[in-house]
Amino acid sequence: MILIQGKGVSNGVAIGPLYYYQRAKATITRYQVEDPEAEWNRFKAAQGTAIEQLGELAEKARAEAGDEAALLFETHQMMAEDMEYEEAIQTAIQDEKLNAEAAVTDTAAQFAEMFATMDDPYFQARAADVKDVSARIIAALTGVAQGGINSPVPVILAADDLAPSETVQLDKSKILGFVTEGGSGSSHTAILARTMGIPAIIGVGDQLKPEYEGKEVIIDGGTGNVTIDADEDAKAHLLKKMEEQKKMREMLEQLKGLPNETLDGQKIKVYCNIGGPDDVPAVLSNDAGGVGLFRSEFLYLNCDDFPSEDVQFEAYKKVLSDMDGREVVIRTLDIGADKQIAYFNMPKEENPALGNRALRICLNRPVIFHTQLRALFRASAFGKLGIMFPMVTSVWEVKEAKKMCDRVKDELTKEGIPFSEDVEIGIMIETPAAVLMSDRLAKEVDFFSCGTNDLTQYTLACDRQNADLGRFYNPHHPAVLRALKMVCDNAHKNGVWVGICGELGADLALTETFLSIGIDELSVSPRSVLPLRQKIREVNVSEVKEKVLADLLSDENTI
Amino acid sequence: MKSFEYTITDPVGIHARPAGVLVKEIKKYTSTVTVIKGEKSVNALKLMALMGMGIKQGDTVKVTIEGADEDTAAAAIEEFFKANL
Repeated sequence: MILIQGKGVSNGVAIGPLYYYQRAKATITRYQVEDPEAEWNRFKAAQGTAIEQLGELAEKARAEAGDEAALLFETHQMMAEDMEYEEAIQTAIQDEKLNAEAAVTDTAAQFAEMFATMDDPYFQARAADVKDVSARIIAALTGVAQGGINSPVPVILAADDLAPSETVQLDKSKILGFVTEGGSGSSHTAILARTMGIPAIIGVGDQLKPEYEGKEVIIDGGTGNVTIDADEDAKAHLLKKMEEQKKMREMLEQLKGLPNETLDGQKIKVYCNIGGPDDVPAVLSNDAGGVGLFRSEFLYLNCDDFPSEDVQFEAYKKVLSDMDGREVVIRTLDIGADKQIAYFNMPKEENPALGNRALRICLNRPVIFHTQLRALFRASAFGKLGIMFPMVTSVWEVKEAKKMCDRVKDELTKEGIPFSEDVEIGIMIETPAAVLMSDRLAKEVDFFSCGTNDLTQYTLACDRQNADLGRFYNPHHPAVLRALKMVCDNAHKNGVWVGICGELGADLALTETFLSIGIDELSVSPRSVLPLRQKIREVNVSEVKEKVLADLLSDENTI
Repeated sequence: MKSFEYTITDPVGIHARPAGVLVKEIKKYTSTVTVIKGEKSVNALKLMALMGMGIKQGDTVKVTIEGADEDTAAAAIEEFFKANL
């Protein structure tokens, strides 16, 4: 038995034969040809094959992932048929009488060198494209199948790392899991594995040896263990784990379509936190009832300048339409503190967590806020929208933000642009001030959403990013839980609903507490939805409520 | 011969995508199109040579069009530069 330790980047256990990803050979034979004309024709045929393959790949990528994904292959296609490239190969074949493989290799090296020595990183990266295209033509010349998994049974795929063009053309029905020598958690292999829901382990380095090919291997993406030729005990243990995971998935699968309802009939909404339109499929596949927190920052973080109203509108509209009438709560810009963006040109602060951040920036710089609100209200015509303001401490802030909303609605009405009249307005409860003022704030809004990460940090005066403060930063602290109860009571007196959108929402140890104090909605990551539903369906609130509420008052309960 | 000057506004400069589409555009005509920057000039049909010039945002290039259909080609290609580069 051989045990290799790597880094697990996608969960699950899989067993199967180890199979090395097939690539065209790196070294080619070099010889002089008798008949350059025939050799040129050989090249032209291989070039045609490569161009055809690239066209098919572009179409496949377009169907699977859209125009952007197809671009890579279209660029390769243009390079393969480029006149300059072709002429250089022609010269090598006809003047130097080189065989086509050698001519392509030489030309590739020459162009790759040209790109690699340019001073712009974009053009430097094109060197890899030239090599990729040339490898494809050489593969066509030598008859090696590219990207093939030439195995009758599904395999654990091993590779140094897979290029994006390679992950797209894999036959996914033949892959049980991935093991790569290099790579990172955000590599294409890791992303593909997580999307496919199969295990992946990266970074095993040279511990993985080609002579293991064909041996039975078990990979555990949870621990990062790769076991080759497992002994009976190890195999039994891993197979049991695989079986348990399978059962767990099946059980969770059966929870789809069922209500988030306790044994004694109390219902709670389970929504998802998302960072952008790409996360919506995961929300829907995990059967969440809506989006409780859409962090709009991604729009600002992924660019070099302020995103335009139209760019924002398209992103919001996409999420609202894709959620098909389910509620979507979008949080307005929440930057500052640990999230800084260069083009905002924010002066350096001594104490950014207490500084110019989130709604404060929006009220201080109304132009930025105005653009976002216009995009939000325009998008409201396409679904059920809630707008949420972060980092509130005072009633006047909410009034001012709402005034901006009214101004935007007036503008849109005058311009004849449609928007929904039923947009809910809410605020994040994440400061002690907002907790203490929640009775007054409740009169201004339709909902509260408690951001428990910041609420814990500010309530306990404890920096959540300081590793030395681990045991002081305790989200289960009764001060935090009492704050949540106070917020709930004040909200419900005023007919306002309350959610939790911090990490605490998915903490199953607190589900009973949340149900007992009357939280109306929990917004969690998509993969937490079904485990949370399972927990909710096991709780009998009437049985636990009294003890939970008594614990909140007990000074002994500090854990 | 027709010619025009153009200052590149695309943040990445003349990169693969527009260069590739430019080649396709030029192939519609019989005229020879040359892109000139400073001392260097290339036949704009040669994608990699064109990319190899490393033309960046803010660079001004001269484009010449010569051939039987140079009048229509020049107008279309200038339009292309304005829209894509």
